[in-house]
Amino acid sequence: MLREALEGRRIAITGATGFLGTALTERVLRCLPETEVVLLVRPGRRGAAERARRDVLANDCFRRLRRELGHRFDEEASRRVIPLAGDVTVDGLGLDAAGREVLASCSTVVHSAATVSFDAPLDAAVEVNLLGPSRVAAALRQAARERGPQGDGPPRPALPHLIAVSTAYVAGGRRGLAPEAALAETPFSPQVDWRAEVAAARRARSDAESASRAPEMLARFRRQARAELGAAGVPLLAEKTEDLRAEWADDRLVELGKARAQALGWPDAYAYSKALGEWALLEERADLPLSLVRPSIIEASLAEPHPGWTRGFRMADPVIISYAKGLLREFPGIPEGVIDVIPVDLVVSAILAVAARGPVAGPDIVHAASGARNPLRYGQLVSFVREWFSEHPLADDKGQPIEVPQWTFPGRRRVQRQLRRATNLLEGAERALQAMPLRGSKADLAARVEKRRDDAERALSYVDLYGSYTETEAVFSVQRLLRLQDSLSPEERREFCFDPAVIDWRRYCQDIYLPAVVAHARVPQADGRRRPAPAGRSREQRARRAVLSPDRQLAVFDLENTLVATNVVDSYAWLATRQMGLAERARFTARTLLEAPRMLRLDNLDRGDFLRWFYRRYEGADPGELEGEAWEMTSDLLLSKAFPAGIRRVREHRALGHRTLLITGALDFLIEPFKPLFDDVVSAHMRSAGGELLGELDEAPPTGEARALLMADYAAAHGLELAQCVAYADSTSDLPMLEAAGFPVAVNPETKLATVARKRGWPVEHWSRAPGFRRPLLPFGPLKLGARHGDNYRADKPGATGQQGATAPREQGAMALRERPPRTVSPKTGSGGLRKI
Amino acid sequence: MPRPGFVLEVDRSTPPALIWHGEGFRLERLPAERSRIVYAPEPLAPLPDPDAAIRAALLNPLGDRPPLPELLRPGMRLTIAFDDLSLPLPPMRRPDNRQRVIEAVLDLAADAGVDDVVLIAALGLHRRMTEAELRHALGDRVYDAFAPSGKLLQHDAEDPKGLVMLGKTDLGEDVEVNRRVAESDLLVYVNINLVAMDGGHKSTSTGLMSYKSVRHHHNVRTLQHSRSLMDRPHSELHSSAWRIGRLLNQHVKVFQIETTLNNDAFGSQLAFLQKREWEWGLRDRASFMAASRGVELLSPRARRSLFQSVLAPHQMTSVHAGEVEVVHEATIANLHRQQVVDVEGQSDVVIFGLPHVGPYNVGSIMNPLLVMCLGLGYFFNMYIGKPLVRPGGVVILSHPTPWAFHPVHHPSYIDFFEEVLASTTDPAEIEKTYEERFATDDWYRHLYRTSYAYHGVHPFYMWYWGAHALEHASSTVIVGGNRRAVRRMGFRPASTLADALEMAEDQVGRDPTITYFRCPPLMLARVE
Repeated sequence: MLREALEGRRIAITGATGFLGTALTERVLRCLPETEVVLLVRPGRRGAAERARRDVLANDCFRRLRRELGHRFDEEASRRVIPLAGDVTVDGLGLDAAGREVLASCSTVVHSAATVSFDAPLDAAVEVNLLGPSRVAAALRQAARERGPQGDGPPRPALPHLIAVSTAYVAGGRRGLAPEAALAETPFSPQVDWRAEVAAARRARSDAESASRAPEMLARFRRQARAELGAAGVPLLAEKTEDLRAEWADDRLVELGKARAQALGWPDAYAYSKALGEWALLEERADLPLSLVRPSIIEASLAEPHPGWTRGFRMADPVIISYAKGLLREFPGIPEGVIDVIPVDLVVSAILAVAARGPVAGPDIVHAASGARNPLRYGQLVSFVREWFSEHPLADDKGQPIEVPQWTFPGRRRVQRQLRRATNLLEGAERALQAMPLRGSKADLAARVEKRRDDAERALSYVDLYGSYTETEAVFSVQRLLRLQDSLSPEERREFCFDPAVIDWRRYCQDIYLPAVVAHARVPQADGRRRPAPAGRSREQRARRAVLSPDRQLAVFDLENTLVATNVVDSYAWLATRQMGLAERARFTARTLLEAPRMLRLDNLDRGDFLRWFYRRYEGADPGELEGEAWEMTSDLLLSKAFPAGIRRVREHRALGHRTLLITGALDFLIEPFKPLFDDVVSAHMRSAGGELLGELDEAPPTGEARALLMADYAAAHGLELAQCVAYADSTSDLPMLEAAGFPVAVNPETKLATVARKRGWPVEHWSRAPGFRRPLLPFGPLKLGARHGDNYRADKPGATGQQGATAPREQGAMALRERPPRTVSPKTGSGGLRKI
Repeated sequence: MPRPGFVLEVDRSTPPALIWHGEGFRLERLPAERSRIVYAPEPLAPLPDPDAAIRAALLNPLGDRPPLPELLRPGMRLTIAFDDLSLPLPPMRRPDNRQRVIEAVLDLAADAGVDDVVLIAALGLHRRMTEAELRHALGDRVYDAFAPSGKLLQHDAEDPKGLVMLGKTDLGEDVEVNRRVAESDLLVYVNINLVAMDGGHKSTSTGLMSYKSVRHHHNVRTLQHSRSLMDRPHSELHSSAWRIGRLLNQHVKVFQIETTLNNDAFGSQLAFLQKREWEWGLRDRASFMAASRGVELLSPRARRSLFQSVLAPHQMTSVHAGEVEVVHEATIANLHRQQVVDVEGQSDVVIFGLPHVGPYNVGSIMNPLLVMCLGLGYFFNMYIGKPLVRPGGVVILSHPTPWAFHPVHHPSYIDFFEEVLASTTDPAEIEKTYEERFATDDWYRHLYRTSYAYHGVHPFYMWYWGAHALEHASSTVIVGGNRRAVRRMGFRPASTLADALEMAEDQVGRDPTITYFRCPPLMLARVE
């Protein structure tokens, strides 16, 4: 009867890219061979047809149907699937006349589009969940009106039957039986003016937007951005600041949504907006035939299309995985409370049964829930999960099985308190570590603490979000659902079963649901069934290999702390002390140490400003002299503090035919000896006049976004793609360059960059200096060996051939690196000059 | 009268023997009745007046060379080349032989009114010498006279403009030599002959030529057929060097000056190192205790700089000048007088205690490759006749073998160790697959020419140096070495000498015969 009722008809589905929508589409295509489906999808960039193909029909859900139909699948799909571009968040669903025509040709419309996140911002929940159903209803009425009365052909109901998918949790935090009835007719339901709620939500959005733009807030976001990224340059910091602002405004609306929902007796903004959505729909539907299906927590399928099919990360999945990873030491809940889970295929069957039966008088509301007929107790569920993971533990990083914790069902508040304390503690530790100038493996520690904090925060958010669902004491009545079941023939009852009594909870949990969750989450298991990644390689190893693929075209390197463990201060100190005696060296050391905090501060603010300020010291020096000394310095200081693995990497890139480019803020004549290592070098150039350096740079030093631009210009000039470019750098001041490159690599990263790299999955290299060799601590030039005797054998002219000269001593005092108190230059804040290049 | 070297048969009353172990020593008791210890001859008496001896040699040259003054005339181009940093070991106290000889030659040149004089450090493919090292070898007077005016050069085997191709030998070996040398009216070569491998035509054909020439005698084939490379008539390496040197002599007039040193390598404070253990007095025991305890307290870096600062009191025992080959024969005779010890027959196992310094880590770090080269390349080859160990026997080296490298001096060694040895340790395979890439690498070339790096190909030579030993012995065990580093080289690590001897039994059977070659002091085993 069900199949016949829907034969030759069209069913429109909204939210077909979602979990329920995909399952519904599949079932119609597979089980109702003479029924067409109209998929209302947001067209995106690719268009509705492509989205329907990629995001619906390509899903694993259709595996069975593809197998059954073989090569006829595409043909069948194109015959019976009609993609329709539309959007439930705009009035009229964004449909044109033709679109409305298609919609009007449907006999049934299933509205399952929703934002299912429990922590959606208030306004988003309101637009989609509250207003969405009414918009669909309005669009259907308009479409039917335009289409007018039917000409020829069999008579049809003038208006399609709308089946709106709601949630059983619209019942709110009540105890006891929740009937399958409109909220307005249900005792103890809040009486709310949904129009006022919509207006308030929209106002809240605009309030939050303006509040987030207040100067003190913007200043706060800027501070945060800088704390996170350091001296990453103005554009990146601006981008981050804006992200933080938008995030803050969203967070406020999330908070508001939750507060408002709880104030009215719903657990969260999802239930709240769904409830008001029902309300609005019932008020606005006028003569539109309407049914409401209220599922409880929809989870992986019991049998159709295959046991354990699931899509996306469902509500309980992250909690389960966190538990199995040992991250959730406790979870609140009432052990004897009912946790109302319903497999997705049962919900699909129920919807199809409603569609086949057609509209009935009065608000037609059906629960698709298990609690009243076949309750799963929370304590039972936890023991099923524990049992299963004890037998099938997940593996930790080292492949060792993780032992699952034993939950004791404490109150929600206690768990929250514990987690909050842990989170705060870790946050403090993280802040302390971020503030320290750490590098390499020490910076890794900070990244690890950050990950722990993330884990703790996530656990807390699960408890906050889902705690109310494990503590629900409402029982959802399924009388109407069962009556609907009775209307089916015995065969149909088997084929389109939605009686929750058929679920064997232990079997469902342990044989279907948990294996599906683990498979879906792609987490490694300790019993060796799921080895991490193909060929036993981690994501990081794969990234490392990708860096050295012959397809790459350009490798860009930073110098200081990426290839050599020195900085501009070291080089200067070496050159300056070259001519000094011991006493003078001691004074120099003291002076430099005194200046160190200031240097560090300046460098943290803006690398470019620091370089300009620092390079003033070279004023008056003889460039020729320095150039000569640079060769000695390279051997004594730079090469002796070089990272052999880094140098080797440059050469590997060259051997692979990649172009190699060094971009450094060091002065050009000082890195002259490094030039042969690279195809090209970009460095800072200092102006000179009358044989003396002026202490000023020609152009903005290549730092921050200037570095990214240089890289991009270079790539463009040589016809190379940035997407095929590998960039190596050590600090967040290089972030713009790292972000612009297709393959960024963090080398011995400082704390902030280590964090960024971890978040984005960039490979991190820990390159160290040659093992077993230590240069003296202070970066001083070796003491000059004096010329002590006159010469008997001096010849007139220097040697004619171009052979290596001995390390010729220069006349004393010839080098004019005069030590003077550097002129103070206050660091610029945003004023011009820096960004031109 | 210094006592000659001798072989001690170890019995139950033999005291523990001192074994060098890098920057330190160990005292080990060797198995009685089947072990023997080879002791070096005592240092010969030095020349009473070396400067007079030098002058005499210059005025009374050997072979068909006239006295040096007769070769000098105004307006000529005179080039004086001298051995580099790798000699002598440890570096000698001032004045160095090279300073004495060069000052004498320069005095004669000045007397003859020669203006165009250039000094060249015959680096070959070694690293450049620093100012301090040059001053040490030549003395400040010579250095200050030549360096500022650019008349003190270091041979650059990679300078395309600074090399001249003189032709090929009968066997097709390229002879590409330093341009200044080729264009000189006279080349005076000043040498220090520390071991029998040094000197003769090898001085010029290694020290003043390019990779193109050097590769003809520094390769796996010649090294495997140099038995030993301390015994020129039986050394393929030397045969090739001699052919190349003879061709050079056809183009350039060479006046060779060779000197030898006695084997007095350690001063009075470390006198116990020179003495035989049963002759140690109270003072020797005390200084041994103090030295080994003191060394243990130091960091590796401090230990290294302490040992590297030790200068040897060795002194000149002979000086000869004139025609290369005749001079070299005389030199070798003098060297044999100091170093040869007669040893009867081979043993199953040979033990070498490796000191802190070899030819390529003066002022630097003895990296694992240099440990291999010193043990299997130098010590193993310190023989005339047959190796101390029988074919298929086991070589035991004692050295900490740290996974440590000097980043400036040995950059290509780091890559060789990380890259090449990670894939193979077979010398022939290494030569075939990797040598050319390293030898012609632009970055290594740049570092060799402008910094203080050994040539890119140099680590390969270290490995080839041991090729004969690798072929001859069945395995090598390193006592007290860094396990990872030792395994990387394909050797076996052992924590104690006893363990190493146990491991050796797997190869050579129960109760093997053992020879401990107690060097330094330097010596040369003549094995019948």
